[in-house]
Amino acid sequence: MSTLDVVTTGRVRRSRARLLAALGIAVGVVAAFAISLMVGHTFYGPGEVLRVVLGETVPGASFTVGELRLPRAVLALLVGGALGMAGVTFQTMLHNALASPDIIGVSAGASAAAVFAIVVLHLDQGLVSLFAVVAALATALAIYVLSYQDGVAGTRLILIGIGIAAMLHSVVSYLLAGAAAWDLPAAMRWMIGSVNDAEWSTLAPLAIAVLVLGPVLVSQAGNLRLLQFGDDAAAALGVRVERTRVISILAAVGLIAFATAAAGPVAFVAFLAGPIAARIVPAGGSLIVPAGLVGALLVLGADLVGQWAFDARYPVGVITGACGAPYLVYLLVRTNRSGGSL
Amino acid sequence: MSATLAPPSDTSPSGTSAHRRTSAARRSAWLAVSLVVLGLIGVASITFGAREIAWSDVVSALSGNDETLAEAAVAKRIPRTFLAMLVGAALGVVGAVMQGLTRNPLADPGLLGITPGASLAVVVGMAFFGLGSPMGFTWVAIGGAAVAAVFVYVVGSIGRGGATPLKLTLAGAAVSAAFTSLISAVLLPRIDVMDSFRFWQIGGVGGATAERTLQVLPFLVVGALLSAASTTGLNALALGDDLAAGLGERVVRTRVVAALGSVTLCGAATALAGPIAFVGLVVPHACRLLAGLDHRWLLPSCAVVGAGLLTLADVLGRVVARPDEIDVGILTALIGAPVFIAIVRRQKARAL
Repeated sequence: MSTLDVVTTGRVRRSRARLLAALGIAVGVVAAFAISLMVGHTFYGPGEVLRVVLGETVPGASFTVGELRLPRAVLALLVGGALGMAGVTFQTMLHNALASPDIIGVSAGASAAAVFAIVVLHLDQGLVSLFAVVAALATALAIYVLSYQDGVAGTRLILIGIGIAAMLHSVVSYLLAGAAAWDLPAAMRWMIGSVNDAEWSTLAPLAIAVLVLGPVLVSQAGNLRLLQFGDDAAAALGVRVERTRVISILAAVGLIAFATAAAGPVAFVAFLAGPIAARIVPAGGSLIVPAGLVGALLVLGADLVGQWAFDARYPVGVITGACGAPYLVYLLVRTNRSGGSL
Repeated sequence: MSATLAPPSDTSPSGTSAHRRTSAARRSAWLAVSLVVLGLIGVASITFGAREIAWSDVVSALSGNDETLAEAAVAKRIPRTFLAMLVGAALGVVGAVMQGLTRNPLADPGLLGITPGASLAVVVGMAFFGLGSPMGFTWVAIGGAAVAAVFVYVVGSIGRGGATPLKLTLAGAAVSAAFTSLISAVLLPRIDVMDSFRFWQIGGVGGATAERTLQVLPFLVVGALLSAASTTGLNALALGDDLAAGLGERVVRTRVVAALGSVTLCGAATALAGPIAFVGLVVPHACRLLAGLDHRWLLPSCAVVGAGLLTLADVLGRVVARPDEIDVGILTALIGAPVFIAIVRRQKARAL
């Protein structure tokens, strides 16, 4: 067997392994989606659920599954996918697992703008999403400009992002505290993220965003991977560096903003999805699609746990936050111990 | 001893005794000026609020009358002002001690997860163990602050380079995020009491009563004394552990005393006012410009300026959003975060 054959078969084998891993996660997502449609106060079998989804009228199930559980599950799926894809884009581009949009304040910007649009301006969902997108872009730009000093150092960007996030969180707290009544479900959604009270109308902008921006990000996946070798090397390999970077950032920020406008800043999904996907999928390929799937699985699973595992019902953000924070601590300990520069 | 340990400004080539005297005079002058400003802010805090009050009413209320509505409002603002000053002073001192102790310009009890730790401990105590008395709050808050402080320091100092500002801040941010999630998880099923608990998520001084403040006061005094006892030690620590030990300073003892002092102050302040971030970060940086690097001058100066800042933030919160109020914890974050960013920008990337 010639060297070329060895290389080719190895490459085919590895890309098949990556595909299998991604398919495995996808199966998990489908299973979690199906379970969230079936489980509830009344259990409906797969047959009934399928009939409702296909548009038939089933007494009882049509309302419970079609009107309550289906929008909620779809919202969880879309939010998780959007956050996962956007998070891993940031992490890949800045070479740092900590540079995820929920830690450096981009999500906080979207959330502050969405709360302002809802509580103060009383806008409807489409305009709220638009507000969130503009604010998230402005926040990302502000963080970039503030941390620019003879080039952007990753550490400085993260610390400045943490500062900006703290400020924006207090804006959210103020807007909510000053709202006419301390409306608990709304407050919880905007403080930690929740998929409660999902409706088709709130879902629509996010669905369009995922369908448009998701493929845009995936189209940049190969170039983004080459960027990891450094700007010069990537340019030598034929990547248009600035174009790739700008398109990826715009698409990722857009996804974050639409997801946040629909479900609030669901804690730590953007941060967790990339590293988890990297553990499951063999190295060598782009992580954008696997991370999106992992994100969807995280949100669907966390919502199931939050709704049914305890006496009280918790919004999804509490569960992802409680799982994500220990992982963040673990990541810090591990990086510190290996002496890596964060 | 203390002369050789005095900070750079005093050991400059012209550091004669005459120079030291003038510098002491200058610092006393600054301290006096900040005390006067604090007094003015205190008067403003009693005068301004949701309701406009005439000067004559303020005077008559201060002399003990509370018959008219205006006088009653003033009587209610006095404990609030007192509380804001105490909490602000405590947080300012905590920030200075922690920045000295960790040699970290970004140290702040809120950012490092210590106040969220105290807050979580109080919320858990209220929800599961029927905690109700201010005394109980304070002990539990101090316990929670201590556990959080040790945890964050251990996580942040693992690995090469020890506890660098970046590692400590990240560990603090991670721990704060975890605590905040847990606070929400504990609070959520208890919707009926959520409104009074909300205070433990934002931080404010609106619910002040004189009795509660007086009950927590002994803890603040003990914490302040411990911090005061560590001042010369902190000056030595600024030279680095090895040099400080070589000069005869007992490094471990200084660390323990200073840590106990700041955790006590921080826990007591959180028990009184909930989690308030950024005061401990901003105040020491401002005070170093006025009072220099010597902790014996820095701590009193931080106490006065911290008290002034928090009281001023409280007054602003009452005046800006009339007739509503902005919780003081929100305003301090809005004022403090830009300062935090400015400090980060000034550091060299490698020093982080």
